[in-house]
Amino acid sequence: MATLGSAPTPVDASLPIASPAAVATTPAPRHSLLVRVTHWLFTLCFFALLVTGIEILISHPRFYWGETGNINMSPLFKIPIPSSRNLVPTGYGYVLPDQNGWSRYLHFQAAWLVVFTGLLYALHGFFSGHFRKRLLPGPEHLSRKNLSAAILSHLRFEPPAEAEAHSYNVLQRLAYAFAIFAMFPMMIWTGLAMSPAFTSAFPVTVTILGGHQSARTLHFLLTIAFVLFLFVHLLMIFLAGFFHRTRAMITGRVNNRADS
Amino acid sequence: MKHLSRRKLITTGLAATAGVTGLGVATHLAHKYGLVPPDGGGIYGPGETLTYAAQRLLTRHSLAREFSPVEISAKPLANELAPFSDEFKRFQADKFTDWRLAIDGLVDRPASFSVSQIKSYPSRSHITEIGCEEGWTYIAEWIGTPLSHVLDLVGVKPHAKYVVYFSIEPDWWESMDMADALHPQTLLTYGMNGDDLPVGFGGPLRMRLTRQIGYKNVKFVNRLTLTDNLKPFGKGTGGANSDGGYAWYAGI
Ligand code: HEM
Ligand code: HEM
Repeated sequence: MATLGSAPTPVDASLPIASPAAVATTPAPRHSLLVRVTHWLFTLCFFALLVTGIEILISHPRFYWGETGNINMSPLFKIPIPSSRNLVPTGYGYVLPDQNGWSRYLHFQAAWLVVFTGLLYALHGFFSGHFRKRLLPGPEHLSRKNLSAAILSHLRFEPPAEAEAHSYNVLQRLAYAFAIFAMFPMMIWTGLAMSPAFTSAFPVTVTILGGHQSARTLHFLLTIAFVLFLFVHLLMIFLAGFFHRTRAMITGRVNNRADS
Repeated sequence: MKHLSRRKLITTGLAATAGVTGLGVATHLAHKYGLVPPDGGGIYGPGETLTYAAQRLLTRHSLAREFSPVEISAKPLANELAPFSDEFKRFQADKFTDWRLAIDGLVDRPASFSVSQIKSYPSRSHITEIGCEEGWTYIAEWIGTPLSHVLDLVGVKPHAKYVVYFSIEPDWWESMDMADALHPQTLLTYGMNGDDLPVGFGGPLRMRLTRQIGYKNVKFVNRLTLTDNLKPFGKGTGGANSDGGYAWYAGI
């Protein structure tokens, strides 16, 4: 079902053109096209933002809390890496090449793309019922029994049950919801809070974070959080069967015969 | 293999047509209202144009955050400077008494001003934060004459679109649009924290834009040109930094 935006609900099957036979051979995809396209666009942007973000970071690998921060002030923490600027006392005897020009261009371009992608995904998620039905944990997921069973089976690194090829388990739902509704919006917010032009129009966006340098530090800590998320995300996908799960995220289909 | 219904084909087709038309109309409007930056072409053009257009629409008149005197950084940081040219050293030896700011290009009365002349005009000061693209920042009180005041004295021609400003030091120049040039916080800065502007921070004269980051705040300014076209300057991108691969608009 190559449709953009419409959720693969049974309503689709009752469209006038679709014959009953066609319905029987094309079951609703595991992941709708929109979820798949936005997921991979997001992943692409994420790596662009990560690489360019690190490039920007090495021009001043020190973080501060509050409004201002520079090498005359004591940092909250330092990253023990060489810098691309002579100005920063890193203890290394050399200076890395400056790559900030294209890094900043690409960072902000990828930021726009990731914002549009996120908007599209969120609008679809809210209006199609995807978030409510398939992503957010419901009361049945959050029962103590279900939670402890999920935690135990994860701690034992048990392979997931067959049903999980078709639906997310409670820990997955919690992690995804946290990434989508907390980490992602915070990333955009802390990014914008570093813009002197944006904050001239909306000063509270930076003052309630504690100032420019606090926003920068939070932006960096969120980067770490995203990298940790990605690490666990990939580990889980490996445990569940990297090939099958990733194919389902690309094509939308779960191959039941081959699936464990 | 995929089963496409006619309704879906039609909706997708309509959406795609609307999208392409919308993009065309948006590009046309952006050009018409001056929302495309000089580096709006090339692979990073879309992102730059979105940033510049969005911020021009949202922030044309907004003032950068101002701070209270207690928030002034005890230890501001003057960035590294290349060794001074002999020409600069001669002015410095004379305590900059002969320093002049020349204004030419699309103006009714090209003129040149001494620093003491500029100091005799109405002054304005603001306590604002300046940030380097590397990530560090400090807060200082900046004292100067609004650029708009000096531009009024020379009479800017209506079709001027940019102010190009040059440092006395080689390969150091930038440009800004008229929205920033006429912005009340944009100062020809000659003082800092109640004193003369130290040489390390750009004295005798520094261009200070509050809503763009450090590299647009050119030090040792001695010439301004008004123009409607940035192509003839340098490589044509509107600044030494954008010629070197950085964004022309640095509001982020
Ligand atoms: C998941 C996505 C993202 C990652 C991994 C990421 C990562 C980073 C990193 C590591 C830095 C360097 C920190 C520093 O030294 O200042 C940075 C800087 C920055 N990022 Fe992001 N970022 C992401 C998304 C965004 C978004 C969506 C925006 C805009 C809304 C944004 C705007 C900025 C800005 C303005 C800077 C500071 C540049 C400067 O110092 O002037 N980032 N990012
Ligand atoms: C930081 C980067 C990433 C983030 C934030 C992220 C986030 C997500 C989210 C929120 C979902 C659920 C989507 C939904 O149903 O609405 C998901 C699913 C998925 N992602 Fe990612 N993802 C990232 C990178 C990757 C990468 C690099 C891969 C590479 C293989 C990948 C493979 C998958 C797969 C296979 C699924 C489906 C999981 C399943 O069927 O159990 N993701 N991801």
